Amino acid sequence: MRRLLLALALVAAPVWADSDLPPAPLADTQLPDPKQEAEAQALMETIRCLVCQGQSIADSNAELAGDMRAMVRQRIAAGEKPQAIRAWLVRRYGSWVTYDPPLDGVTWLLWAAPILFVAIGLFVARSSFRRMRV
Amino acid sequence: MKRYGKWAPLVVFILLGSALTYGLAKPDTTNIRSKMIGASVPSFTLPPATAGLPGLASSDLATGQPHLLNIFASWCVPCAAEAPQLKAIAEAGVPVVGIAVRDRPEALGRFLARNGNAFRAIGADDASQVQMAMGSSGVPESFVIDGKGRILSQVIGPINPQDVAGLVAAVKAAR
Repeated sequence: MRRLLLALALVAAPVWADSDLPPAPLADTQLPDPKQEAEAQALMETIRCLVCQGQSIADSNAELAGDMRAMVRQRIAAGEKPQAIRAWLVRRYGSWVTYDPPLDGVTWLLWAAPILFVAIGLFVARSSFRRMRV
Repeated sequence: MKRYGKWAPLVVFILLGSALTYGLAKPDTTNIRSKMIGASVPSFTLPPATAGLPGLASSDLATGQPHLLNIFASWCVPCAAEAPQLKAIAEAGVPVVGIAVRDRPEALGRFLARNGNAFRAIGADDASQVQMAMGSSGVPESFVIDGKGRILSQVIGPINPQDVAGLVAAVKAAR
């Protein structure tokens, strides 16, 4: 029985399940102040859902995403800055959780690549022009 | 030099092709590990999740005794599968405490009656707030907490029978 249950659990693991608790109050309800709601919305669109990992928490229907939206709206309503909320999440989940990755040891290439490619292009162009002249 | 130079683009292409193929073929890890390992348990106070068991506060985890903190829910199937392992860990003398995510007291009571109760205390985390504060991204997950309330390690997914001995040793080593 235990083995069967375990086998079932392994099959079910990627699906998980959902609770039957209703969404948190602020998960799908806008803040009364439109300026605050716009701030919250802008932040939620750049926070990655931990369950549906290709979606932002603004788009995801996962329960955890709903709870994350509620958390973001609560904190914005309490006057916290979006950057502070993002930093709080990054502290817990790493830069993985933000769609606005910080410049660090892993991501520097993203910013350096365009400059690098222009430099390579200039070098190639220069050498081929020089060959034409000869 | 010039003779080999014309092969350079092909070599670059093959290298790039192999790197991309490797990236596509290697199994994708979707587990997001908590970055809170090594930090103190964030401060929280949760009400009791079901009748007959106390709730859980972060101060309960800094009493000089190490704990195994299990984040679970009665609606989660793998959590039922890991229940016998939690029971074995508790019977080995490890204090096991729980955080029930988005759960109902009656449903949790039925879950404990059916699967056995390994928990000394279970806090109700109705909006996943403490789960997020711990850097946990799903259920079940377990954290080894030392006597000072520091997070030492994280287990993502159900605890399997072969993990029991290692976890018991890890918690007992965490004074």
